[in-house]
Amino acid sequence: MSFFKKLKEKISKSTDTVTNKFKEGLSKTRTAFTEKVTELVFRRKKIDEEFYEELEEILITSDVGVNTVMDLIDDLRQEVKERKIEESAELQPILSEKLVELLQGENENSDINLPENELAIVLFVGVNGVGKTTTIGKMAHRLKQQGKSVMLAAGDTFRAGAIEQLEVWGERVGVEVIKQQAGSDPAAVMYDAIQAAKNRNVDVLLCDTAGRLQNKVNLMEELNKIYRVIRREVPSAPHEVLLVLDATSGQNALTQAKLFGEKTGVSGLVLTKLDGTAKGGIAIAIRQELNIPVKFVGLGEKMDDLQPFDSEQFVHALFSGMMTEETVEKTVEEN
Amino acid sequence: MAAFEGLTSRLQSVFGKLKGKGKVGEDDIKEAMREVRLALLEADVNFKVVKQFIANVKEKALGQEVMKSFTPGMVIIDIVNKEMTALMGGEQSKLAKANKPPTVIMMVGLQGAGKTTTTGKLARLLQKQNHKPMLIAADIYRPAAIKQLQVLGEQINAPVFSLGDKVSPVEIVTKGMEHAKEHHHDYVIVDTAGRLHIDEALMDELKQVKEVIKPNEILLVIDAMTGQDAVNVAESFHQQMELTGVVLTKLDGDTRGGAALSVKAVTGTPIKFAALGEKIDALEPFHPERMASRILGMGDMLTLIEKAQSSIDEEKAKELERKMRKAEFTFEDFLEQMEQVKKLGPLDQIMDMMPGMGKMKGLKNLNVDERKLAQTEAIVKSMTTVEKRNPEIINASRRKRIANGSGTSLRDVNQLIKQFEEMKKMMKQFSGMMDGKSGKKMKNKLAKGMKFPFGG
Repeated sequence: MSFFKKLKEKISKSTDTVTNKFKEGLSKTRTAFTEKVTELVFRRKKIDEEFYEELEEILITSDVGVNTVMDLIDDLRQEVKERKIEESAELQPILSEKLVELLQGENENSDINLPENELAIVLFVGVNGVGKTTTIGKMAHRLKQQGKSVMLAAGDTFRAGAIEQLEVWGERVGVEVIKQQAGSDPAAVMYDAIQAAKNRNVDVLLCDTAGRLQNKVNLMEELNKIYRVIRREVPSAPHEVLLVLDATSGQNALTQAKLFGEKTGVSGLVLTKLDGTAKGGIAIAIRQELNIPVKFVGLGEKMDDLQPFDSEQFVHALFSGMMTEETVEKTVEEN
Repeated sequence: MAAFEGLTSRLQSVFGKLKGKGKVGEDDIKEAMREVRLALLEADVNFKVVKQFIANVKEKALGQEVMKSFTPGMVIIDIVNKEMTALMGGEQSKLAKANKPPTVIMMVGLQGAGKTTTTGKLARLLQKQNHKPMLIAADIYRPAAIKQLQVLGEQINAPVFSLGDKVSPVEIVTKGMEHAKEHHHDYVIVDTAGRLHIDEALMDELKQVKEVIKPNEILLVIDAMTGQDAVNVAESFHQQMELTGVVLTKLDGDTRGGAALSVKAVTGTPIKFAALGEKIDALEPFHPERMASRILGMGDMLTLIEKAQSSIDEEKAKELERKMRKAEFTFEDFLEQMEQVKKLGPLDQIMDMMPGMGKMKGLKNLNVDERKLAQTEAIVKSMTTVEKRNPEIINASRRKRIANGSGTSLRDVNQLIKQFEEMKKMMKQFSGMMDGKSGKKMKNKLAKGMKFPFGG
């Protein structure tokens, strides 16, 4: 199985700290998930109908979504037939391979795409309470550490205390926040912020918006207006539109991605709160059905708890510990 | 898009295959149960809960007259619906009350569930019942959380006790409780910081706060969009805090809300409130039977029926129904209906409540938008009486005049007239549908609700 070798190399190449952070943040997720799969594999040595059924349940528990799970299981059945696999232990690497495949698009860059020589604008959208403002704070910190000058636009003029929350982040990170009064037109805030960012030669402008449920027509139109104002001022912008998703959310996240995508052309996902016990499997379904990649994951409340998403690491973190070193070696040798 | 079809259509396809087969056997029930299972999983009900639930339903289905029934699908839906309603609480439950005031309510939950907003809404609800609630801001971690509660407090004129974010929550609540007693508040609501159920340090802090305030209610605030993890969250909070109830938030979204079932199943504590909007008074008592039909994708029929009954004039509705069937429906009727619909509330909410709405062809393209409704009204009002009664005479020059009169464009007018014709067609189909399958009772109840003009 060259896959695991490749994975090992890739991971040893990336900095240990990042991997550790990932593993640490995901440890709870991983334990629950892998314990179950390991137990399943241990208990059911043979691959039979009941094995599939239980595997299906384990996958559903991670919010992957019924459709995606069904497709995945069908794929696995096919592989099992073709490769003539009988032992359930042999299925594990194939499963993780499939999951990585599901999360990865063809030759794409999972980092954010920001232009070098002009003002880069990133718009953050999402439903209420997913962590948009916190993500912006962390993102500002991250970009600043990369030597970029950053400005924040306080576009959530609706929720009580939202502007203040962004201001606190601005202070923490040491970046300027452009704001108006609570209740003012968010599109006007964006306009102001873009002008200010241009005047001060800022590299990146991060735009906060109020959380809104995707089925609220008026609020979604308001968001579209924000998007249009940004486009009008900087035709190539927004360079990224990041939909912030709560990892604990279930199937509704798919509708979120679809409808926010229609109004703002979502270019990537930020999966937050992955340090809990939720698995964020819905990202796989979104990847499959709407082809929107995960770009970042939120793994805690600290400033540096935002990490770029790496699908192999993600799946590896889910599965490491599930297989003993021995099994890995054996699998590698056998292939 | 994921198959967000309701259980009704899922079961219909199962039993559709059996038509003409005469009898429904055990295998058919098994297949039906598989569909129920998928529908529940798609609605985010936890799979363990689903398993248990299916076992119960299956037992009942096998014992009952499902096999003999001519409409086995309906019988199964009925069993599922009843079981689910029973599981989610049976009846509404009220807030506990302390023997000696103040009654103390503690709000707990994950980050972003909506604790602070719900705290404000709950205070508002208590005020409406002539209570004098005081709020304690004990979220010292999230930036500006205290400010958020203060703003909400100002909006509803409720005092908010705060010591800033440099003092420990335990000290805040200690002082806060003293303050509440001195000022004779009969209710105290404590807003705590969102935290992960696995964060030991923060969960310990929560236990200490609990020791100090000795709450009469500990409410877990949980996002209705939560997926499979809802059970872990609820179970863990319940084990550590001994919850007395649950508040389900963001139910005004389009999530099926299977989390409600999961949470109730693992904690056994009642879901006391449902939060349905961003406005400060958008907090309602939880209705298990409505939640059940929502999870099953049958639309919130009860709410709709209730609303329709309270605000639609029965005589007029009957007359309209007659006209619609005979395709005599005119723009005059249209206008009148619009008035009636307005009484029902926001259109998008009504649409959400309608069973099968998502599936109707053509409906998806109709934009449900309040502002458009006003525009539609203007257009219709710019027509002459003769035009309203005989839409077919509205030619190009008349259309131009109508557009000018209503301050809209020719395109808008054309669009409306086209949609009006489409609607007429659809209504005919609809009433035909109602006659067919669903039996008389449903037809009578829903007939009133079924024929809304769908914006423009």
